[in-house]
Amino acid sequence: MIRKRSYFKTRSLPYLLILPQILITLTFFYWPAVQGVITSFQVSDPFGFRTKFVWFDNFIALFSDPLYLKSIATTLLFSGSVAIVSIGFGLFLASMANRVLKLTTLTRTLLIWPYAIAPAISGILWLFLLHPSYGVVAIGLENWFGIDWNPLLKSSNAMLMIVMASAWKNISYNFVFFLAGLQAIPRSLIEAAAIDGASPFRRFWTITFPLLSPTFFFVTVMTIIFSFFESFGVIHAVTQGGPGGSTNILVYKVYQDGFIGLNLGSSAAQSVVLMGLIILITVLQFKYVERKVQYMG
Amino acid sequence: MSKIKCFWLVMAVGMLISFAGSAFAKPIDIHWWHAMRGARGEVVQHIVDQFNNSQSDYHVVATYKGAYDEVVNAGVAAVRAGKQPHILQSFEVGTQTMMMSGAIYPVHQLMADKGYKVDWSQYLQPVLSYYMNADGNLMSMPFNSSTPVMYYNVDLFKKAGIPMLSKEKPITWDMLGEITGKLVKSGVEGGLVTAWQSWTQVENYSAIHNIPFASKANGYEGLDTKLMINNDKVVNHVARLKSWMSDKRFYYGGQKYQGPKSEFIAQNAGVYIDSISGIAKLKKAVKDFTWDVAPLPVESWMKEPQNSIIGGASLWVFQGLPKKDYAGVAAFLKHLAGNESQIYWHKQTGYFPITLKAYDKLKADGYYAANPLQEVGIKQLTRRIPTKISRGLRLGYFIQIRNIINEELELVWSDKKTPQQALDAAVARSNVKLREFERIYK
Repeated sequence: MIRKRSYFKTRSLPYLLILPQILITLTFFYWPAVQGVITSFQVSDPFGFRTKFVWFDNFIALFSDPLYLKSIATTLLFSGSVAIVSIGFGLFLASMANRVLKLTTLTRTLLIWPYAIAPAISGILWLFLLHPSYGVVAIGLENWFGIDWNPLLKSSNAMLMIVMASAWKNISYNFVFFLAGLQAIPRSLIEAAAIDGASPFRRFWTITFPLLSPTFFFVTVMTIIFSFFESFGVIHAVTQGGPGGSTNILVYKVYQDGFIGLNLGSSAAQSVVLMGLIILITVLQFKYVERKVQYMG
Repeated sequence: MSKIKCFWLVMAVGMLISFAGSAFAKPIDIHWWHAMRGARGEVVQHIVDQFNNSQSDYHVVATYKGAYDEVVNAGVAAVRAGKQPHILQSFEVGTQTMMMSGAIYPVHQLMADKGYKVDWSQYLQPVLSYYMNADGNLMSMPFNSSTPVMYYNVDLFKKAGIPMLSKEKPITWDMLGEITGKLVKSGVEGGLVTAWQSWTQVENYSAIHNIPFASKANGYEGLDTKLMINNDKVVNHVARLKSWMSDKRFYYGGQKYQGPKSEFIAQNAGVYIDSISGIAKLKKAVKDFTWDVAPLPVESWMKEPQNSIIGGASLWVFQGLPKKDYAGVAAFLKHLAGNESQIYWHKQTGYFPITLKAYDKLKADGYYAANPLQEVGIKQLTRRIPTKISRGLRLGYFIQIRNIINEELELVWSDKKTPQQALDAAVARSNVKLREFERIYK
C-alpha cells in the first residue's frame, strides 16, 4: 500500500511553490530559445531596424554550404574523440584509484583538480606546451624526434591538440563519477565471483561493468554535451577554428557568424540546428542505450 | 514652537538652494565606449581628463567595454535597448555595418550643425578616406590608425652581409626574395613571417599596387560589389610566397600577430611584417638584438607605389540622445583632434596623428629626428594622394570575409589548394556573404 507522506490542503499551493523555478526556467531558457527560433526565420541588420521574414532561407543557405556540412562532420569527429578519450581514461584512472590503499584522499583530490580549470585556461596551458613557436613539448618534438609538429598548418595536429585539451579537463569529471560508481558496487559480489574462479577481467566485464552502466550512460551524455558546447573556450583560445576551418565546430561557427560577424539570422539558424542535434542525440541515447542500462534495485 | 518652525524653514530653503545649485552646476555626462586596454586605456583617460578639466559643461565618461568585437556588440545591444552611448569606437572592418546602421549621426554633419568649421583637407587623407562615404563626407572620427610596415633584424642582416634598408624608398619583392635567401643561407632558420596575412598581404598589397580589391570602387559606390582578389597579380604574389616556403624563405606563423612576432623575437625569422603599432611592443620585448623598420616591399613594375591602407578604429556618434548633449560631443571630438591630444596620443601609442598640423608640429619639434622609426609608416601612408582603389575598403560582413581569406590562404600554405583555386574560392565564398549583406538593405 502506498501512503503519501505529505499532501497539500489547497490545490494552488504546490503551483505557487514551484512558481519561482518555472519563472526562472521560462525567462532564462525558454524565452531565449523561442527568440532564437524566431530570429532563425529572419534576416536582419545588427541593430534590428530592418527585419525581414524569410521562411527557411537561412536554413537552406546553411545546408547548401559545403563548409557547414563539413563543420557538422568536424563536430561529430571532435565529440566522438573527446568522449572516447575522456571516458576511457576516466574509467581507467577510477578503477586504479579504487585500489589505492595509501593516501587515497590525496590521490583522488589531485586527480579531480583539472576539472576546476576553466576551458579557456586549459586551452592556453596546452598552447604553452604545443604551440610550434613557443611550446615546450612542440620544440622538444622537433629537436629530439624530428617530428614536424605544426597545428597552425596541419589540421590533424590542430584537431589532436583541441581533443587533448578538452578531454584532459573532462577526464577528471568522468573520474569522479566512475569512482563513486565503483565504490557503490558491493564487495561481496566480486569476492563471490573470485571464489568461483572468475579472472579479474571476467569479474570486471560481467559484474563491475553492468553495475556501472548507469554511470557510464550518464557520463556519456554529459561528455557529448560538454564537447558540443563547453569546448568553445578551448577552441577560442587554441585554434580559433583554424587552420583552414578544420577545427571550426558548430558552436564556434555560431559565435563567429553571430557575435563577430553580426549575421544574426544565419547564426540563429545554426543554433536551432545545434539544438535539434542535441535533442536528437539525447533522445536516441535514452531510447536505445538506456534500455540496456541496469539500475541497481 | 515658532523657533523650531523657523529652523525647519531655514533648513528647507537651504537644502532647496543647494539642490538647485548642484542641478545647475552638474555637467552633462557624455558616454564613450572604447576598446583601449592597459597602457592605451590610460592614455585615453588622460586625454579625457584634460577635456573634463578644461571646461565645466560636460563630463566625458570613457568606459572600456572589451575587445573591438565586444565593443561593437555592446553598442548593438545598447541601441536595441534604447540606451546607446554617445560615442562608440568601432574597428575599421565594421565601417560598412556602422555606416548602414541608420543609428549614427555622421561626424561631418555633427560638426557642421554645432558650428565648427572644420577644414578636412588639413587631415591625413588616407586616414580620413577610409571613413568617408562615396561623396567624400566623413562619417566617423578616425581615432587609432596604423599601417603595416616591415621589421628586420639588423644583426642577422649584418651577419649575412645584407645592406641596411632605406626608411623611405621601398625595396622590391624580388630583392626581398634575395635577402631572405641570403638569410636562410647564413643559417637563420627562416626568412619572412607576416602578421595579419589578409590585411598585410592581400588588402595592403592591392592598395599599394592600385589593384581593385572589390568592384564598385572597393564597395564605396554600392552594395552590389564583388570581390576581385583572384586577379593575376595577387595570385602571383601568393604563389611567390608559397614558393618561398620550400626553402623557408617564408613560413607561416599564424593568422594574428602573436605567432609571427614570437618567431621574430626568437630570431627564427629575420623579416617580419606587422602594424607600425608593433614598435612599442618590440621595444619592450627585444633585448638581445637590434632591429629596424622599412616600408613594405613593392613590385619592380610599380614605379610609383600608392599609399598603404590603415587598420585601427574610428569613433561613431549615435543618434537619438538628448539634443543638448551633442554640443558636448562635438566639443569633445574637437578636443581629440586638437594638437595637444594628437601629439600626446602619437607619442604614447605610436598610432598616427590625424591632422597635418600635429604632424608638422612633431616634425618641427624634431620628434622624428629622434624617433625615425615612427615616421616610416606615415611616409608610406602619405606618399601619394589616395586613388579610388587605395583609399580603403567598404564591404559588408568584412570580418567574415577576412576570415574566409585567412582560411583559404591557410589551405595554400598547407598544400591543399593552389593559389588560384584558393583565391577563386575566397572570392566565391565572400560574394555569397556580400549578397547576404546586400539583401538586408534592399
